[in-house]
This record gives sequence, C-alpha cells and structure tokens, in this order.
Amino acid sequence: MSNQLDQTSMNEERLRDAIASRTRPKRPSPISSSLTFSSRALLRIKHVPEQLFDVTVFPVIFLLMFTYLFGGAIAGSTAEYLQFLLPGILVMTVAQITMYTGIDLNNDIRKGIFDRFRTLPIWLPSALVGALLVDMVRYSGASAIMITLGFILGFRPDGGIIGVLGAVGMILIFCFCLSWVWTTLGLIMRSEKSLMMVSFMVLFPLTFVSNVFVDPSTLPGWLESFVDVNPISLLVDAVRGFMHGNVTGEAIMWVFVASGIFFVIFAPLTMYLYRNKK
Amino acid sequence: MNHELAIETKGLVKTFGKHRAVDGVDLSIPKGKVYGFLGPNGAGKTTTIRMLATLLQPDGGEAHIFGKNIVTEAAEVRERISLTGQYASIDEDLTGIENLVMISRLMGYKKKEAKARATELLAAFGLEEAAKKQVKNYSGGMRRRIDIAASIVVTPDLLFLDEPTTGLDPRSRNQVWDIVRTLVSAGTTVLLTTQYLEEADQLADRIAVINQGKIIAEGTSSELKASVGAGTLNVRLADSTDRERAITILSEKLQTDIKTSGDTASLSAQVGDASLVAEALGELVQHRINVSDFSLGQPSLDEVFLTLTGQKTESEEEGKQ
Repeated sequence: MSNQLDQTSMNEERLRDAIASRTRPKRPSPISSSLTFSSRALLRIKHVPEQLFDVTVFPVIFLLMFTYLFGGAIAGSTAEYLQFLLPGILVMTVAQITMYTGIDLNNDIRKGIFDRFRTLPIWLPSALVGALLVDMVRYSGASAIMITLGFILGFRPDGGIIGVLGAVGMILIFCFCLSWVWTTLGLIMRSEKSLMMVSFMVLFPLTFVSNVFVDPSTLPGWLESFVDVNPISLLVDAVRGFMHGNVTGEAIMWVFVASGIFFVIFAPLTMYLYRNKK
Repeated sequence: MNHELAIETKGLVKTFGKHRAVDGVDLSIPKGKVYGFLGPNGAGKTTTIRMLATLLQPDGGEAHIFGKNIVTEAAEVRERISLTGQYASIDEDLTGIENLVMISRLMGYKKKEAKARATELLAAFGLEEAAKKQVKNYSGGMRRRIDIAASIVVTPDLLFLDEPTTGLDPRSRNQVWDIVRTLVSAGTTVLLTTQYLEEADQLADRIAVINQGKIIAEGTSSELKASVGAGTLNVRLADSTDRERAITILSEKLQTDIKTSGDTASLSAQVGDASLVAEALGELVQHRINVSDFSLGQPSLDEVFLTLTGQKTESEEEGKQ
C-alpha cells in the first residue's frame, strides 16, 4: 500500500515538472512536418504490414491472372500479349491502389486524430503531403514487383532501363495528382464503405474501359472516342511508349495535362474541405 | 474585448440544417480556472468546443481566445490551445512513445528533444511500461492519459477536454482529475465538458449548464445548488402504514410537496429552509410515527439540473436501470 502511494506521489511530482516546462519550440517548417507525417505512415506499415498486400500480392495476382486469362484469346499467345499488357496492367494496378489514400484519410477523420492535426500550428497540407510521399514509395514498390515478375515471365522492354524508369516516373506523377481525387472523396464520404463504393465506381470503368487490355480500334466508335480521352488511356500510351522505346512528346504532354487538371481541381478542393470539415 | 479573459463569446451560433446546435452562447471565462460545461448528450457542448478550438466555423456571433478572433486569427489561437476530443485523438496503430514523438516533432521539437519530451511525459503519466505497446492495446484509462499527454506536449494556455472521464473506472477518473488540477495549478485554463454532475462539482470553479444549445444557468457549484434551496430531506418510516399521516404532517410543516416513490416506507422533499426540518421531524415523533432513518443532503447537481431543465440526467437514468 505504502509502496503504491510512493509511486503516485512520484508521478505527481514528475507530472508537475512535465507540465511546468512551458518551452514552445519554433514551428516546424512545411518540409519537416510533412516528413513527420511520412514517418508516421512508415511506422503504420511497420505495425500493420498487412496493408502492404495491395502493393505486393495484388499486383502479382493481377498480372498473372490477366496475362493467362486473356493472352491466348486476345493476342494468340501469352508471351505476345504480355508485351502489350504489362505497361497497361501496371498503370491499372497502381491507379487502383491510389484509392487507399482516401480511405486512410477517411479513417483518420472518423477516429478523431484528424481533429488533433487540425488544431496544431502546422502547415495544414503537410498531413496529406507526408502521406502521399510514402504512397509514392508504395507505388514504386508495386511497379518494381510487377516489372520484375513481368521480366521473369518474358517481358522485354525495348526502351531499356531508361524507358522503364521513364514509364514509372510517368505513373508516379499521374498517381500523385490522381490521389487528390480520393482525398477529396475521403473528406466528403461519411463511411469507409460508401467511400470504397464510390471509388470503385469511378475506378472500374476508368481502368477497364481504356486501352489497358485491348486495342481501342477494335471497339465500336462511340466507345472508342471515350477510351481515347480517358486519362488512364493517355497514361498507358505514354507508359507503353517509354517501355517500347517509341514514346512521343505528345503522349508525355497529355499525361501532364491530365495530371495537371486533376491536381488543379482536386488539391485546392481537398484543402478547402480539410480546413472547413465539420 | 477583455484580455484578462481566456474565452469570450458573444451570441455564438452554430446551425446544422434547421437544427440550432448552439443557439446564442455568451461566455466570459477568466484565465487560470477550470470551467465546466454541463449538459446532456446533444446539448451543444461539443459543438461549442469545436468552434472555440477552430475546428468549426460559427454561423453567428463571435468568439475570442485570449483576445484573438477564432475565425480571422485561427493560427494564433491554435498556438495557445490544445484539444482532447471525446474519442482518442491519437494513432492507435502506433505505440505510445511513437505517438508522443510524432506530436512533439509536429510541435517543432528536434528529433532528440522530441524523444526526451515524449519519455518525460510517459513517465509523468505513469505510462513508461506501456511506452512500446500499440495504443490499441491500452486500457480506457491509459488511452485517456496518453491522449491528454499528447495535448500537453507543449503545455497549452488553454486546454479543451471533451468528456475526459466518460467511460472510465473511478481510479482512472481520479487520475484524470489530478492531471487537470495540476495543469490548472501551473497556470493553464481548462474548459471541460461533462455529463457527470459530480465531476463538474469536484473540478470546475464555475459551471455553465447547457441545454438545447443555450446556457440555462451559470455560476459556481454552490451558487447553482443554492438556487434550488437547502437540499433534499429523505425520511424512512419504520412502519409504512404511517405513510399517509406522515405525508400530511410533513407537507404542512415544510410547506412543500412530498415526493413518494415505489418504496412505500420512504418519503422525500425539497427543502428551502433547513431549520424547518427539525420541527417537522419533532412533529412526527409527537404523533408517534417512528422514523427509522432520515437525512438532509446538500442538493446534488442532479437536482439542480432537473430543476433547471425538467429533464432527467443520464446518471439518474442509469441509476434506475
């Protein structure tokens, strides 16, 4: 009993000391606070490694499934089809992973930690920028896994290593900008379920009704015209170009235009909602 | 604008659709005190706090924290306040120390200092042993403490605590109370909301009773109690067949209504003047009505609340179940 009392009083003294120190350090720079949020995301991966399934197992399943499912039917042989499919399926997989950014944010809001971040005297976007930086690492990881597996299965990029790096670079730029769509939705939707549903509703048509699996010229005219302006198709064009060593300046430009549009609309919208979330 | 005040609001309003969640709240809360918001669920306590903590924009009226406008000077306000919300505002997947280091870093501490500050706080809050455990494995009391610790990484001038002890066992609740008292003795102003009248009574220097978005009473706990009279007389009769006679005598002597309950032997009455009680009890004895037990209590805040709102509080409702 007396032991316990001693412990309590010791705590009280420490408590008083801890509270008495009223030093307020200088506010962190935007870079420093963003990096703190990045390290939070890395710690979360360390503690909940299952969340890496989407960038490890998911891409492997996708690549194997679609190569062997459609290869014979569409291109006559899987080896032939892989050459066409890999850049597209890479885009599709990484684009689909981007939606988890919104889900993480949505969880933060419902759990209350979001309120704490918003009352801190920090550069407001750093919570999102920090998380997106780690997402870039995750996307790169997913890309590396898919390209490696593709190589094992017989994929041979004519663009060489430079072409592959250029292709991944295109994907990262595009996905960084696309992510702001999900952060916007993550702030609007009230539950994780409804957010998932809306995200899938956007992503499924966008990734499937594109040039990922088939040559758009085989499609009926009205569908072809949609596929041609689908931002995913634009990205796939550039990524294929880089990997096959025949990329055009125009294809690259379109990726930048599509990415720019996503970013210019959804990044400010996200920040507006972030600041004014009820 | 008074700079001696921690919080000053005039006609603060927040509406959600047609519902006026906060409906014209005026507050003048001095520095260095504990101020309690007391009210049932949905009274507008949390909404008021969220506005004051710059998380929600008011739809009407204005508010200043230490003289800074919560809308136009939100950044300055954020430098001096901290919020511990109703739900644990920490990352449950991270460990205790990782959480505190993260907040310390966001407050501007360098890596080493952040680690030192986190360690210091964990020790002060009795969480050393749990430092390397994920917060999701913490008990309710530990979770509350780490949450408050995260709020005082840089000791704020004003701390908002939204229902800090809801769902805690008595020991954890006392720990939270100790933390609040220590904070106030070090000069922090604390604004806390609670549904527990005992908590407001124990901790708060002044209390605002909130119901349906409005402040319906304000004052110290004794002022609020005084507004409903001296207290409640409870009488337990030795023989319940004396009940009717006892009621007649008591209501005549005390000049008030006598309340009965399902227990036929017990009677109670709100008493305005304590000296009448002795007379009334004497009268019972003279009429040979035996009293097995009686008590005159200071009115509880439960009674204050009931008198003010005509509503039962949650603790009373729970007590009945």
